[in-house]
Amino acid sequence: MQTRTYMGTVVSVDDQGFFTDPTQWREAMAPEIARQEGLADLTERHWQVIKFMRHEYDEKGTGPTVRVLGKTSGVPIKELYELFPRGPAKLAAKIAGIPKPRGCI
Amino acid sequence: MSAEPITKVSIIISKGSLDGIYPGLIMANGARAEGIDADLFFTFFGLDAIHKARHEHIKMATVGNPGLHFATLLGGLPGVSTVMTHYMSNRMEKLDIPTIPEFIEMIADTGAGLYACKASVDLFGLEKNDLIAQVADIITVGEFYEKAAGGQIIFT
Repeated sequence: MQTRTYMGTVVSVDDQGFFTDPTQWREAMAPEIARQEGLADLTERHWQVIKFMRHEYDEKGTGPTVRVLGKTSGVPIKELYELFPRGPAKLAAKIAGIPKPRGCI
Repeated sequence: MSAEPITKVSIIISKGSLDGIYPGLIMANGARAEGIDADLFFTFFGLDAIHKARHEHIKMATVGNPGLHFATLLGGLPGVSTVMTHYMSNRMEKLDIPTIPEFIEMIADTGAGLYACKASVDLFGLEKNDLIAQVADIITVGEFYEKAAGGQIIFT
């Protein structure tokens, strides 16, 4: 188990930087995590995806895959990859402070 | 020390059966989901996966497929391949696995490049127009290797 500090708060993460305890996450931490992942600015569309990730995690206990995101987040797959070029589900999960979504499709 | 992460894959799909096409598609889509660059190269009967008239009618191979655990003779009976394809498609739908046309469209949307093999296109007497719109180009094996440079090549 490792820790990182966002907004002056120490949080637990796994070795890839995903939150292991999503309750430690605060919205204000998202821009800082995003910058660390190479995203300079979080637009309204980014936030739509991030909030959807949190919502899905709260409902189902796991984050959605890219396919699910494309079908249900209101952001189509092409745009998801423009918003989060290095893997939308993975990156959005990290920024949203939830564990890495598992699933092959 | 951990191994160098994979940053790029070039996946070749050479078979035209349901079970021959899906694995390559899953690997390409999964690569993109991980932020890995991916290109798909369709050759020989794998071309059916991007053939406008054929990609909605991909069937499961029921002959010469010991994994099905029934007699080869049975697998060759008329209709068996259709029934097995139907069965498999139903199971996939329940798991929310997309159909081949939908999956390929989705993979193109992820930014993966779709390419057709020139030798196979010539062999089957096809033209660019016979292939779905998402196919970026018909390329030679040499061009494939140029595109694949610096990444891993996966043959399915």
